[in-house]
Amino acid sequence: MRKTISVVLSIVLFICLLGCKNNKNVSTDGSTSMELIIGALGEAYEMKTGITVTYNPTGSSAGIKAVSEGRCDIGLASRKLKKEEIENGLKETVLALDGIVIIVNHKNPVGNLKMSQISAIFKGEIRNWEQLGGDKGEIILIGREAGSGTRDGFETATDTLHKAKYRQELTSSGDVITTVSKNAFAIGYTSLSSVKNNVKTLRIDNVIPSEETIKNGNYKVQRPFIAVTNENKPLLENSRNFFEFITSEEAEDIIRFAGVFPAG
Amino acid sequence: MNLKLTFKRKLYIFLMKVAMIFSTVFTVALIAFLLFYVLAQGIRNINFELLTTKPSYLLGKIGILPDILNTIYIIIATLIIVLPLGVGAAIYLTEYAQNKKIVKTIEFASETLAGIPSIIYGLVGMLFFCQFLKLGTSIIAGALTLSIMNLPTIMRTTEESLKTVPQSFREGAFGLGAGKWRVIRTVVLPNCLDGVITGCILTVGRILGETAALLFTAGFAHALNGIITGLVSPGATLSVALYVYAKEQGEFEIAFAIAAILMILTLIINLVATLISKFFKLRSSI
Amino acid sequence: MKNKLFENIMQAIFLILGLIAVGFVLLISFYLIISGIPAILEIGVFKFLFSKSWAPTSPQENFGILPFILTSIYGTSGAVLIGLPIGFFSAVYLSKFAPKKIKLIAESAINLLAGIPSVVYGLVGMLVLVPLIKIIFSLPDGASLLAAILVLSLMILPSIIKVSINALEAVPKEYEYASLALGATETETVFKVSVKAAKSGIATAVVLGVCRVVGEAVAVIMVSGNVANMPSLFQSVRFLTSAVASEMAYSSGLHRNALFSIALVLFLFIMIINITLNFFIKRDRKG
Repeated sequence: MRKTISVVLSIVLFICLLGCKNNKNVSTDGSTSMELIIGALGEAYEMKTGITVTYNPTGSSAGIKAVSEGRCDIGLASRKLKKEEIENGLKETVLALDGIVIIVNHKNPVGNLKMSQISAIFKGEIRNWEQLGGDKGEIILIGREAGSGTRDGFETATDTLHKAKYRQELTSSGDVITTVSKNAFAIGYTSLSSVKNNVKTLRIDNVIPSEETIKNGNYKVQRPFIAVTNENKPLLENSRNFFEFITSEEAEDIIRFAGVFPAG
Repeated sequence: MNLKLTFKRKLYIFLMKVAMIFSTVFTVALIAFLLFYVLAQGIRNINFELLTTKPSYLLGKIGILPDILNTIYIIIATLIIVLPLGVGAAIYLTEYAQNKKIVKTIEFASETLAGIPSIIYGLVGMLFFCQFLKLGTSIIAGALTLSIMNLPTIMRTTEESLKTVPQSFREGAFGLGAGKWRVIRTVVLPNCLDGVITGCILTVGRILGETAALLFTAGFAHALNGIITGLVSPGATLSVALYVYAKEQGEFEIAFAIAAILMILTLIINLVATLISKFFKLRSSI
Repeated sequence: MKNKLFENIMQAIFLILGLIAVGFVLLISFYLIISGIPAILEIGVFKFLFSKSWAPTSPQENFGILPFILTSIYGTSGAVLIGLPIGFFSAVYLSKFAPKKIKLIAESAINLLAGIPSVVYGLVGMLVLVPLIKIIFSLPDGASLLAAILVLSLMILPSIIKVSINALEAVPKEYEYASLALGATETETVFKVSVKAAKSGIATAVVLGVCRVVGEAVAVIMVSGNVANMPSLFQSVRFLTSAVASEMAYSSGLHRNALFSIALVLFLFIMIINITLNFFIKRDRKG
């Protein structure tokens, strides 16, 4: 019995030690909205070099915290860094621009909304699709949970910050899309990169979200996808190479493939 | 019975019978529906490619091999950690403990552990194993969390089977001059094997079904790893992957495929548990 | 001499192993209290427990968890209200009336029900139950307290049925013979004599079921819509468990600490239920 215990303990210890030494892989941590883009970039990089890129979807703020505490090599955030975060020695590099798109069910005849209408809908001032030229039916607001980068980006751009009255608060882009696709009167928002064709994307003030309109700023509801690095702690060789790869021209096609638009 | 019953009594009997039959039929029908619905939705989505590949963003494909491996890693790691602890604790309770207060405290603690919801295990596991012990979000942190969760199960099943080892076995061995540890090792332990195995099966069942405790401790990555790197990397087990695919990504075909696999595994585990208890009963009756 | 020392060492090792469960309970309580207390103190106990609004990221931030507490209480009571009669009558039938074959089949079905992972309940709930509720009650959206209650009442069934069967089977046959001899029919005997004798066992079954249901996070998060409303049957609601699970990933600062405080409240709930359970078991032993 005693032998077993000591063997087990030493195995556990050995594993822990391995954990500390395990710096061959590139580790990334952060925004759940960036899953597709970082997943695609990581996979392409692994095919090219054989080096694995791990991604831990924890959320923008958690990712930023993880870089500053050295728990990961590159942080991923779907918002700009705050002033105090930059003062702490963090540096942001914009990888891509993402549009936050307003989605409705395919059965919904409405195809365009004014910014002021969107704002009124999410504040609960407009409650029926009839008022917007759609079929008669109560508007079902589907949003994200408090703290989500997408929710913050959407509410800031539409001037509904902390005023939105949701019917459901879901914890992921996929869930919002699924719910909207199943309810003829639902409206929600999600990242352009995660939107699928089972829901309808609305124009805002008659602007279609596209590479052009997002880059020139005509499509207002947008946000950057950034890579966060620690100025005080230089990247190890593998991570530096990966960082160079994701900011290179070679990566632009992959970024487009992921449904967002390269910043360059 | 030829007694003449009043109408009121007849009505009472009738109503009770109806309630009983309705409830039983309802329960069994519901279970049957669940089983067949999940299997019907799931099995057609299970194919060789799904089981043997990892997901690819570039190809837009999903494979659950990493999740299967992660599940196996976490089961192995949890059992390695929890078995010595649980069996040891049970041995202490049945063979060594004399102080009633200590026994009561331990039993109360073990009951408390059994009642704590898995989400709380997840939080404490995150705070203690991932952050304080700096294991990060990893399979090993998940396994340690699950070990605490399953400690009461192993303790209880081992204790129950230790209690069935006849006192005369121990007395006989002591009479031959053996020390306490030797008696335990050679006489007591081999006889509580059935309890240990039952405990292991129950634990495996519980690990297979666990989601909440693992979300914050083991994470939900789908990377394909060997066991050593696998243990220190974040990884989703099958249940967590089911949650992620259904709730976060809306991939219901994959979710149902995993649900069907879990359902079949649950059936197998129940079957094995019944067979083992029958086998040991048979053996001990000889 | 050497042998004696060895035996003592072994005894010490086993003592430590035995006390490990106690250590874990202390560890869990310690972490929950340490991480849960600061936010409660900062917000104020009364305001935290009884304020109706949960707005963690708003400039006028408010951390009231009354909606979560009430939702958890309503949800659990609803599940017991539906699950208990069904479970109770099934248990009586299976333990006293069912032919052996039916009993065997039903019992293995119930074991399966107990073993099904809660995500699977959540998955079926979200794809079958939620749309069904939307249609039946012509609601704008089916994700609601009702959906959660129905899923939970299914999850409470196995523990109610299994423990009740054990309790009913432990009733001494003499009680029943006496009742039958006095002219009561079989059905009357079972319901008026056996059930009464097994009362505290059945109560234990309910409390055990409540324990599982109060702590369930994943299945309810998938069907309840997850908005911090005050509970109402057809509204989207958030439980204590789903409050912790859904916002943990993104939270920071006081918000994060408040989530730990919710976990502490949940833990206290469970402890109270456990103590009630112990009370029933003790009374059972005495009576």
